Formats: sequence, structure tokens, C-alpha cells
Amino acid sequence: MNIHEYQGKSVLKQIGAPVSKGIAIFDASEAEAAAKELGGPLWVVKSQIHAGGRGKGTFIEKSAGEKGGVRLAWSIDEVVENAHQMLGSHLVTAQTGEDGKQVNRLYIEDGSDIDRELYLSIIINRETSRVSFIISTEGGMDIEAVAHDTPEKVINFDIDPATGFMPHHGRRLAKALELNGDLAKQANALGRTLYEGFLSKDMSMLEINPLIVTKDQRLHCLDAKISFDENALFRHKDIQELRDITEEDAKETEAKKFDLSYVALDGNIGCMVNGAGLAMSTMDIIKLYGAEPANFLDVGGGATKENIVAAFKILTSDSKVKGILINIFGGIMKCDVIAQGTVDAVKEVGLEVPLVVRLEGTNVEEGKNIINNSGLNVIAADDLDDAAQKIVTAVGAI
Amino acid sequence: MSVLINKDTKIITQGMTGKTGTFHTEQALAYYNTKMVAGVTPGKGGSTHIGLPNYDTVAEAKHATGATASVIYVPPPFAADSILEAIEAQMELIIAITEGVPVTDMIPVKRALLGSNSRLIGPNCPGVLTPEECKIGIMPGKIFKKGTCGVVSRSGTLTYEAVYQTSQVGLGQTTAIGIGGDPINGTNFIDCLELFFDDSDTKQIIMIGEIGGSAEEEAAEYVSHMAKKGIKKPMVGFIAGRTAPPGRTMGHAGAIVSGGKGGAEDKIMAMEKAGIRVSDSPAKLGVTMMEVLNG
Repeated sequence: MNIHEYQGKSVLKQIGAPVSKGIAIFDASEAEAAAKELGGPLWVVKSQIHAGGRGKGTFIEKSAGEKGGVRLAWSIDEVVENAHQMLGSHLVTAQTGEDGKQVNRLYIEDGSDIDRELYLSIIINRETSRVSFIISTEGGMDIEAVAHDTPEKVINFDIDPATGFMPHHGRRLAKALELNGDLAKQANALGRTLYEGFLSKDMSMLEINPLIVTKDQRLHCLDAKISFDENALFRHKDIQELRDITEEDAKETEAKKFDLSYVALDGNIGCMVNGAGLAMSTMDIIKLYGAEPANFLDVGGGATKENIVAAFKILTSDSKVKGILINIFGGIMKCDVIAQGTVDAVKEVGLEVPLVVRLEGTNVEEGKNIINNSGLNVIAADDLDDAAQKIVTAVGAI
Repeated sequence: MSVLINKDTKIITQGMTGKTGTFHTEQALAYYNTKMVAGVTPGKGGSTHIGLPNYDTVAEAKHATGATASVIYVPPPFAADSILEAIEAQMELIIAITEGVPVTDMIPVKRALLGSNSRLIGPNCPGVLTPEECKIGIMPGKIFKKGTCGVVSRSGTLTYEAVYQTSQVGLGQTTAIGIGGDPINGTNFIDCLELFFDDSDTKQIIMIGEIGGSAEEEAAEYVSHMAKKGIKKPMVGFIAGRTAPPGRTMGHAGAIVSGGKGGAEDKIMAMEKAGIRVSDSPAKLGVTMMEVLNG
């Protein structure tokens, strides 16, 4: 789960990491009070969307001005003017796609006097099964580009879970970031704080870019990008409340309610599959035969008839969908449950597009009988290849 | 021969009294009399369930029954603790089926496995099955056939595809291993390939990976390394998620392309370079293997 920068900073503050003072606003009328409370003399007005590259982004609307999604303001009036321009407008960045994302929240923050910009992130290193620091003296830039062009400037090291973050890790952090004296001590403290915070909050990624050294020699987190492990949210009620569903696809939110794993895509063939691997392969094979999948949908192993009906409704609610492919290899999932759910759903919501069904595995005969006796106009398929070809042909023929 | 498990393997179920644990323990018993010997549910020691004795701890169950393997159906918040208990009891083989274990819980588990006497398969996996001998986990026994192909996969349902198709073309399987779809898992491809290379009855291997991480690349390197030593078996591969958008988690917690890493094409290239024939369709795993065998 991703959160906004301002939420990330409140999490950082809570775990004891140094961040600037700032206030989030949802309406331009709140801008003046926020700016006054912060006091100035320099403010930063930052668009809050779940996408990177905001500073270099541009707004679609001319009324939002030509500047990017992160703006400096030297007066209260300037803060207010920018707030009016930015809120409600659509920001396009390298990560949003060409339609951009509507800016519904702004974060107004105290400006900082920057001496140096550094980079620090913490991830879970899958190769070593440990928490890993990635650091660089080249902050404020696209770290992937830095790693590509100057790999020697990106340093990473793992933390042994048996020891946790030790002073020697702190020394390593300081040396790599070229920090001495009191700043080295601050780096050690910050490293430990962030490592412990990362684990206690079950983060899957924490990126501070830039981590800055201020003119008065303080280490300070100027940006915060945090993702959390969805599987650990059950033990973090406070983090669950940070979810901004306006940043998520409505169909994905609906799917979550029914324990369905759904990802919206751009194509026109809706898929319903059991198992993540098979669901991905179903997308792949649709593409292989020249069409595009409209979604990834894994109904899982324990889906009930109600879940299947919900899944089917999500697929048919998508106006892009011109055909549906149901691909089930029953293990725990029983084919007759899928078949009955599908028949019930069609009776409830109707079916206006071609439907190809491929069933295999547990209770396959019962499942096929349910479909065959339902009177529904279903195209049966023998295997995944056959199913993909049939749905691509059917959609192409429309 | 087979790998990991056979008709003599004695197994306990951690979390047997729950709905899932009950159902799959019964299914295992019904599959060629797999030797399910006991269950572990704290507080229920001394009672019986579906005809098997319950114990309070893994250590007690192991001592009383001589079991060497444990299968875990404990809910996600408690799964890591159950795995750690099984490691401490020196259970040789631990198979964690549970999906949704927090990844930070798996970091200490992986550390505890170092230098231990245990091998962990999973979590978030369908288990291990040796046809006509022993079924641990949730794989549908019906589609299996005793034979010569070893199957290892990160995905449950794609394991079934590989098994079904190798049965259809008449090869059958020695053992199928689902290693699970989480970012941190106990056993990876390399460990399984080692087992299959060592097993004289395993004549071919199907390896099914997916986007995310670099386990497939590492496995490909291992295959190349073994080939240089003259150890080689016909292999067919498949990678799921060629069309997955970057930055999105595709169902499995571990299936995500991030920071330009973990993409399908890199994996396919690495595998083909190692001499593994990578099928572009999951429906052609069996026939592709026959093509490889028939030159």
C-alpha cells in the first residue's frame, strides 16, 4: 500500500526522524491559514499524488501555470495563488501516464536551506532475505539513472536480523555519504531510527530523496516515499487509515472487499482465473494471440459462489471489456463452484459480450454440466491455448 | 525414487483442527494412504481429530510419532511462529502452505534456518507431491502420474498445468515441488534443481518461474555451471507475467517488477542461455518437453 508524502512524513516524525514542519490542505481556502501558521519566509507547495517525478511534472490545465508540481513561494500571497492553481488540476509526470492525476491534496511545508542533497532508501533484499540500505551522495536525482551511469556512487549493505542496526553500520552509512563529526553521529542515529521504524511499521520500501544537509549542518528528510506490506496491515490500524482510495482504481477497491486480487489494465478482454501464476499467464497468452487483457484477476483458492458473482460483476462493469475469458484449473477451487457462480452472475447482470470458459481439474465434469445445462451462450474451450484463441477471435469478430 | 518425500515419510499437521487443516489432512490420508500421523494445536493436546492424535507442541508430536515432516495451515499472523517452532524441534522438512505471511516475519525465519537441520518449503505454496506415494499440501492428486519428470514452480496452478500436461504426454512425474510466490521463501529453484539432478529417476525437469526477484536468473546460472561439469538433464521452462505492468503486485506478493528489475524477458533470456527451452505458452509445457526429448 502506498501513501502520500505528507502522510509519510507524519510516520517519519512519529518514529523520530527529522522532517520539516508542514500542513496538508484539501481546499485552497485553507492555504492562507496554513502559510501563516508555518511563518515563512520560504514555503514549498507540493502536490500530493501517488506518483514520482512531481517536481519535473507539468499540469494539463493552462490555468495551473507552467511551473511543476512542487513550487517555491516567498510570500503568503504566492502560497495562496499556487494553491488555487494546483488544486483540482491534473499533473502529468513520468509515472502518471498522459492523462495525469488530479491533485486533490497539497502539502505546504517550511522551506529549507540546502547545503547538500543525499539519497537513502531501505528495502527488503530478496536475494539475501534481509533489510538493505541503499545510499548515495547523489541525492535529488533519479537514483536508477545514477545507478546506471555511475554505479560506484550507489552503495548498499544488508543488516543481519540477528544483530540489528549496529554502530558499524552507522559508520558505514556516514562514510558513504561523506558525513563527518556531528553529522556522522546524526547519520548513525538516523540509520538506526529508520531501520527500526521500517520493521516496526512493516514497510516494504522507504525512500528519502533527497535526504539533505541543511546550511546549519542538520541531517533532514526532505521527501518521504513509503510503501507498506499489504500482508502486515492487519496489525497496523493507524496505517490502514492512511489509504487514499481516490488514488486507487475503483474496481480494484471493490475487488479487495471480496478478497479478489485484481489489477486494471488497458485492453478489452476481461479475465477471471484462479491462481496468480495462471492469471498472469492468461494475460500473456491473450497478448501472444494479438489482443490485450483488460485486467489481472485471481479469484484465489477459497472463492465462494458469492465471490465469483462479485468478480463477474467487476468484469462486466468495465465498459472497455468486449469479451470475457474464464480460465480455471481447479485444485482447492472446485470447477462446479466457478460454474455456478458464473451462471448466477449472468442471470443477475446479463451478458452482452462473448464468454469463453475453460475448466480443468477438481469437479470438472460437474462444472461443465452446469454450464451446458444453463442455456447460456458460452463458448467452451479445451485448454488455455484454445481458450485464448477463441476469445481473441470472438472479440475480433465484433 | 523421488525427492524430499516418499511413501515412508511421516507427517504432522500444524493447525490440523482448523477448517483448511482438517480438509487437506483428510485429502492427504485419502491419497495412497499418505502417512499423516498427528496434529499440533496448542491447548488441544491429548484429544483426537479425524482419527489422529493432537499434541500441544511440535516437539511432543515429533517425539511421540517419529514424524520427520510438518505441514503448516496456521493463519498468517501466527504462521512464522509455527515455522520457528518446527525449526526448533528439528523437523527435517517444513512445508508452509499459508498465504499472506508478513515479509518482515520471514526475515528472522530465514535467519533461523541458517545452520539448522530443517528445510522449509513455502510459505504461500501448494506443497510437495510424489505420485502414488505421498501428498503434502493442497495439490489435486488426480492429475498426477508416476513417472520421470521433476516439476518445480513458484505458482500453484501453473504447477498443475505442468503436472497435467506431463501426465497427458505419458512422462509422469517423480515429484512436484511448489516453492511459493512470496518474496522471501525457504527453498528456491537452485535447491530443488540440485535434488532433481541428484535423483536418478528424474530424467527431465520443468521449471516455472514468474516476474519479480532474480531466483530464475540464479537458477539459470546454476544450470550452466552444472552443465560445464557434465551434469545435465533436459529442461523446459516457463515465465509468467510478460505483460504485467511494472510496479504492480500481480497476486503473489513476490510477483512485481520494480526498479527495472525482475522482468520476464531477462529471466527468459538467462534460462535460454543456460540451455533451458522456454515455452511461450503455459499450455505447451508437455509437448515442448516431448520436442526437446525427440530432438
